[in-house]
Amino acid sequence: MNVVAPERQFEPTSYHVKKSPEGAALDIRNFNLWYGKSQALHGIDMEVQKGEVTALIGPSGCGKSTLLRCLNRMNDLIDDLRVSGEIMVDGFDIYGPGVDVIALRKRMGMVFQKPNPFAMSIYDNVVYPLRVDGITKKSILDETCERALRSAALWDEAKDRLNESALGMSGGQQQRLCIARGIASDPEVLLMDEPCSALDPIATAKIEELIHQLRGHYTIVIVTHNMQQAARVSDNTGFMYLGRLIEYGATETIFSAPKKTQTLDYVTGRFG
Amino acid sequence: MTDILDPHATASGAAAPASTAARDAVAGAAQRGKRVRMLSADLSAVGEPSLWAFGGALALGVILIAAFLAMVTWNGLVTFWPKPIAMVELRDGTLLAGEPTRSSVYRPGENVLARLDEEQIAMIEANGGFSERVLYKTANFDLYGDDFRWVSDFDKAAVTFPPDFHLFERQQWGTFVGRVAGLTIGGEPQAFDHALMQREQSAARRRFAEIRRLERSVIGAINQRMDRERLAIRRANLRFGEDSPRALEQIAASQARIAELEAEFAEVQGRVNAIRENDRRYRVLLEEVNGRTVDTELSQIVRFYAANDIGFFDKLGIYFSRWWEFLSTEPREANTQGGVLPAIFGTVAMTLLMVVFVAPFGVITALYLREYAAQGRLTSIVRISVNNLAGVPSIVYGVFGLGFFAYTMGGSIDQLFFPENLPNPTFGKGGILWASLTLALLTVPVVIVASEEALAAVPRSMREGSLACGASKWQTIRYVVLPKALPGIMTGMILAMARGAGEVAPLMLVGVVKLAPALPVDGFFPFLHLDRSFMHLGFHIFDVGFQSRNSEAGKPMVFVTTLLLLALIVTMNASAVTIRNRLKRKYAGGQF
Repeated sequence: MNVVAPERQFEPTSYHVKKSPEGAALDIRNFNLWYGKSQALHGIDMEVQKGEVTALIGPSGCGKSTLLRCLNRMNDLIDDLRVSGEIMVDGFDIYGPGVDVIALRKRMGMVFQKPNPFAMSIYDNVVYPLRVDGITKKSILDETCERALRSAALWDEAKDRLNESALGMSGGQQQRLCIARGIASDPEVLLMDEPCSALDPIATAKIEELIHQLRGHYTIVIVTHNMQQAARVSDNTGFMYLGRLIEYGATETIFSAPKKTQTLDYVTGRFG
Repeated sequence: MTDILDPHATASGAAAPASTAARDAVAGAAQRGKRVRMLSADLSAVGEPSLWAFGGALALGVILIAAFLAMVTWNGLVTFWPKPIAMVELRDGTLLAGEPTRSSVYRPGENVLARLDEEQIAMIEANGGFSERVLYKTANFDLYGDDFRWVSDFDKAAVTFPPDFHLFERQQWGTFVGRVAGLTIGGEPQAFDHALMQREQSAARRRFAEIRRLERSVIGAINQRMDRERLAIRRANLRFGEDSPRALEQIAASQARIAELEAEFAEVQGRVNAIRENDRRYRVLLEEVNGRTVDTELSQIVRFYAANDIGFFDKLGIYFSRWWEFLSTEPREANTQGGVLPAIFGTVAMTLLMVVFVAPFGVITALYLREYAAQGRLTSIVRISVNNLAGVPSIVYGVFGLGFFAYTMGGSIDQLFFPENLPNPTFGKGGILWASLTLALLTVPVVIVASEEALAAVPRSMREGSLACGASKWQTIRYVVLPKALPGIMTGMILAMARGAGEVAPLMLVGVVKLAPALPVDGFFPFLHLDRSFMHLGFHIFDVGFQSRNSEAGKPMVFVTTLLLLALIVTMNASAVTIRNRLKRKYAGGQF
């Protein structure tokens, strides 16, 4: 691999990040990614704090979704993809040799841009992560289903129709169902890839409310286009541009007194 | 402005010359004002001329299919309706009786005109040299050596419909048209009485059915067991060596059992003979229109009715009883009469067996091609080859099936498992197993292509959702992709079924026969006989229409059988579509 270490954009920026008392859940160190010959991520350095909400903002094509999808190695599905650098979880590199990708994904729930419930009943959707784990005991599944749906603020709406097809729900409900599915196996990290971009304002408000509730229980990384949303829900915010992490810090700082002019231009709407 | 006004500049080359005038008009109009410009807009811009072409193509297709279906349905439905019997007196004084079948107009040739008198020639000339003729189904093949006769208008003296003429459907020799000249009941001559004959005929048919049951089931079972003992003797010789003590011991046991079975056989045969003896004392003397008679047992008469002397409801009863006979009995008279039950059974069994083979094979292949194989040049070549397989003539599959399945595979199976039967083949010939495998091979491209499309249509987001939950690739396919793709895969299965059920050419080589002695499923172990040859509706159509001694006699049967085959395929497809729609509903859910 002819990986040339790219010049660092800035020295570890975490100094103004809101530190969690429990430390970092994910530690991304000098991470680079290439699609074929074009480099999509350049030397990302970032510590995601445990139990906090971290938002990634930036214009389209800046690599924020790519970075998010590296965290549970969803990018493995893409042919011709290369990475260098490290993403440390509990002291081991998830791109290191001998990593069990399936076990990794079980520790990371993921919610996608468009609601993607499976063509099964609501109940089967929620307990799917447990089923693929080989858990068949009805009591455990029932309990998990209720807990996950309650956490996703969907229990009251769904409890009477657990055996109906999930595809019959509204878009907002489907997205909350996907969140319930994402947290059903009690992961450590919840990755959210623009979870509200396909939803109307009311459904968006519900999801944001939900993120507030989940904060503290899970480490949440959310990619969003919507700067107000990032400001509302996150503790720390990373601003990405052209594959580089321009600035990363406490959300208030990023939105009120960013250190870089690019960030300032973006958050004030001057470009992007 | 000019850009908007100049759509013709970008129009296709063919349309360009035609629209030159229009362009000039438009260009001129542009200077004059808006209103004119709108009036002279191009037809392809304001109207939908292509809609006519699309609609026309659809209409043409629908008309062709509807006309075909209407023809088959009409001809199929009227076949069993009882027709009147006409008695025709010819000018030379002879009589003939029969059902008028169809008529045509023709121009009598020189040799015909030569034998006619002046009055007849005048008739023809008045008609412009043409004459009409009617085809009568005279039946009575045993007396006339033909079933049909054309009668020209100029030969006809009188046509009447005498009420005492009956139509007799016989077990052998086809139908008979004529009167009852005498009735013998229990050896005693009796005067003809319709009710009495009806009663006695029913009783005689019961005797006939009993004889058939004894011969088929009881004697059939005895024969089956005797065959098994004979094979046991051969097997003992093959296994232990000729004249070895163990072989001799087993042979003696088998021979003892054969002797027992022979005694049993003789006993049953005695019973059959007794019934038959009794049956011979119930007879009917049939007389055709010119007085020639045929003496036959009453039990040989399957059905009889006074064609000109029955009401609508009697006709309806006969109509339905004929349909029932058609659907529930075996064929007789070289398949031109009787029923098609074995063919229905064979068609359904073969198609279902084919689905059992083609479904897993096609779906697994499609899964590999779409989900696992690297999408490169090689995969494309494989995919194109699979698609092209659908274009190989089906008879080629038949040849392959015969050579590979029947002779090679079947031959090996015989060598290994049925050596005692050799040189008679067990699996080493055409049979229902090889036929369904051949058809599975023929239809597998359809299933692969449809399954692949269905798999490709499963959204990527769903797969990602599953993988993100920590599911393995196989779990994702098994729980998320396959259920979602199932309706599409079912569509492929339906297409394959329709194709397979209607296919005839390859079957002629790998196991379909004109008349199968036994169904592939029966009460003898192992109940499902995959080695047996079978009958098939498609082949039945070919056989009756083109291979029978008299294609005119078989023609109605061709229509009825075609109608039945279509109905059968529609039924099978409809049930598959129902299952598919149920699956779709299950997985789609309603939107609110």
